[in-house]
Amino acid sequence: MLAARRRGDWLTSQFFFVMVASMFPLGIGPDPVTLKLIGPGVVWVSALLASLLSLPRLLAEDYRDGSLEQMLLTPQPPVLLALGKSLAHWLIYGIPLLIISPILGIQFALPAEAIAVLMLSLLIGTPILSLLGSVGAALTLGLRGSGVLLTLLILPLYVPVLIFGAGAVDAAMAGTGAESHLSLLGAILVLTLLVAPWIAAAALKVSIE
Amino acid sequence: MAINLYYYASPATFYQLSGKLIPWFGWSAVILTVIGLYIGFFMAPTDFQQGEAYRIIFIHVPAAWMSMFIYLVMAFWGAIGLAFKTRLSFMMSRALAPTGALFTFIALWTGALWGKPMWGAWWVWDARLTSELILLFLYIGIMALWAAIDDPQRGDRAGALLTLVGAINVPIIYFSVKWWNTLHQGASVSLTKAPSMAKIMLIGMLVMAIAAWLYTIAVALYRVRTLILERERNTDWVKALVEK
Amino acid sequence: MSESVATLSFHDLRCTRGERELFSGMNFTLQGGEALLIQGGNGQGKTSLLRLLTGLSQPAEGEVRWRGVKLDKTSETYHREMAYIGHLNGIKDDLTPIENLRLASQLAGRTLNETQAEERLVQLGLGRCLDLPCRVLSFGQRRRVALASLLCSNALLWILDEPLTGLDVHGVALLENLLKAHIDGGGMAVLTTHQPISLEGSNIRTLHVGSPAQTSLAS
Repeated sequence: MLAARRRGDWLTSQFFFVMVASMFPLGIGPDPVTLKLIGPGVVWVSALLASLLSLPRLLAEDYRDGSLEQMLLTPQPPVLLALGKSLAHWLIYGIPLLIISPILGIQFALPAEAIAVLMLSLLIGTPILSLLGSVGAALTLGLRGSGVLLTLLILPLYVPVLIFGAGAVDAAMAGTGAESHLSLLGAILVLTLLVAPWIAAAALKVSIE
Repeated sequence: MAINLYYYASPATFYQLSGKLIPWFGWSAVILTVIGLYIGFFMAPTDFQQGEAYRIIFIHVPAAWMSMFIYLVMAFWGAIGLAFKTRLSFMMSRALAPTGALFTFIALWTGALWGKPMWGAWWVWDARLTSELILLFLYIGIMALWAAIDDPQRGDRAGALLTLVGAINVPIIYFSVKWWNTLHQGASVSLTKAPSMAKIMLIGMLVMAIAAWLYTIAVALYRVRTLILERERNTDWVKALVEK
Repeated sequence: MSESVATLSFHDLRCTRGERELFSGMNFTLQGGEALLIQGGNGQGKTSLLRLLTGLSQPAEGEVRWRGVKLDKTSETYHREMAYIGHLNGIKDDLTPIENLRLASQLAGRTLNETQAEERLVQLGLGRCLDLPCRVLSFGQRRRVALASLLCSNALLWILDEPLTGLDVHGVALLENLLKAHIDGGGMAVLTTHQPISLEGSNIRTLHVGSPAQTSLAS
């Protein structure tokens, strides 16, 4: 049901992720202590921004060429469609991000175990971003300046993910253990998984009308 | 209020009714504000710890209450609108948003003013302040979404959906910020006031809160009336009204 | 298929765009072996009516029924038995016509093998562009891909918004034949068009949308 489309431009958001994260050391200075301190936050903020960059394309193309209408007219419930779209977004945005993240971890002088936690937190956190993002993408479908609007709508909702994601890495480095952060992140993932596809499906129907 | 509106859900009857109610709400809001401010600034004793500066809470606390409460009411109307397809509930939701944003802004602003003498900083990443800031972002996002959608029906429902997502998210945001805060700063700066608040202070605050309530209702009703006229301008009863 | 008689009916439909009322009090019942031709000027609500009939949008008042059941109660059945082509063709530019047909079938939960897809496309005169990405096809050719997809759907009810747009003379003739065959075989179709379409011999009814008066005539 998915058919993730091969796109030349899906790499853009990955490069964006790396570049944004690499700007911080250039702006702040190469001091490893500082870098280690801000590293998790910077990587996570970059991940949020990268997800926002790739979200408008999630549905816009299908909307333009009419296939979204056709998909809504299939016997499958729209919730599945919304879920499938989020999954597709996660596959082309989240997974590559996960693979690149250790490189950024090294750039920010993070110790090995912190990098492992960083990857784990991204693994749990990025699906939440994709799910919430699909709601935003569905709401702003076909509107003027939908990219900026999407950022405005969705970024506040990303706050808990950012806090626990970056917090997990911080906690791992401070030696207090990242489990509680990660399990809270997991709880948010479950909740989002239960709620977001329904709202995204409703939003799709509203937008297509 | 909720029960009344449920019966008067037809825009035409609601328009007439709200027209009669607005002056009542409006004037009582003005009177109560004057009373509340008088209690707050002249009757309440000077706080022995915080000095005169604490008096800002007579504005800050009611504004903060309202900012959160209005959001919940908006979410409530949004949900009702989505469930029963009542046009009026969407209009209520729309009419409340600017007031909600205004109170959020006031709460943040007065919070900063209060924070300066109390904490020595204009801004502290306290759980409440941060959540309030994010609440402001949510209000702005919803209003931006409404502004971007030309078709009123689509806008109504899209806005309602977003409000609902936000309503689920606000508590999560609050708790996550709170948690994050305690982790980062050890013992976080606490807002707790002197253990026993003087009765007169409490009364002042409540009066102000009720005034804020009445103001919100008056302004929201006024906006709803405008919205009704705008949307129903092709219907007979509005035309008859204009010709009068 | 379910036992109930295949009918598409709508009752007291009212449709608004913004504050403007496009039409109201629209009633019609369409049965198997019949086609409904919707007529009306630009901006009178033809497309809006079709979208109400597909279930993509909701009427301000009234209801649409399929086999006597309200659309939102029967959307799964309805979407299995109905196919819609709107202004947009709903085909992916990066895929070839064959891939497009197969993707559409997959999304609809059907299987379509390559030879079947090829047959349909050849039937619509696209034999020469089977392996090209749809991006390089002309507008009319893409329209034909969409029509091929319609055939593959085996739907009972076709809802076509301006199906003739972009088609050349042969294309129009081809579509006319397809429609006739579909209707005479017991199928149903609802379509709008500005161009003359000759479907003599088939059971065609027309409905005027918009002012001056909403009249439904059986011919």
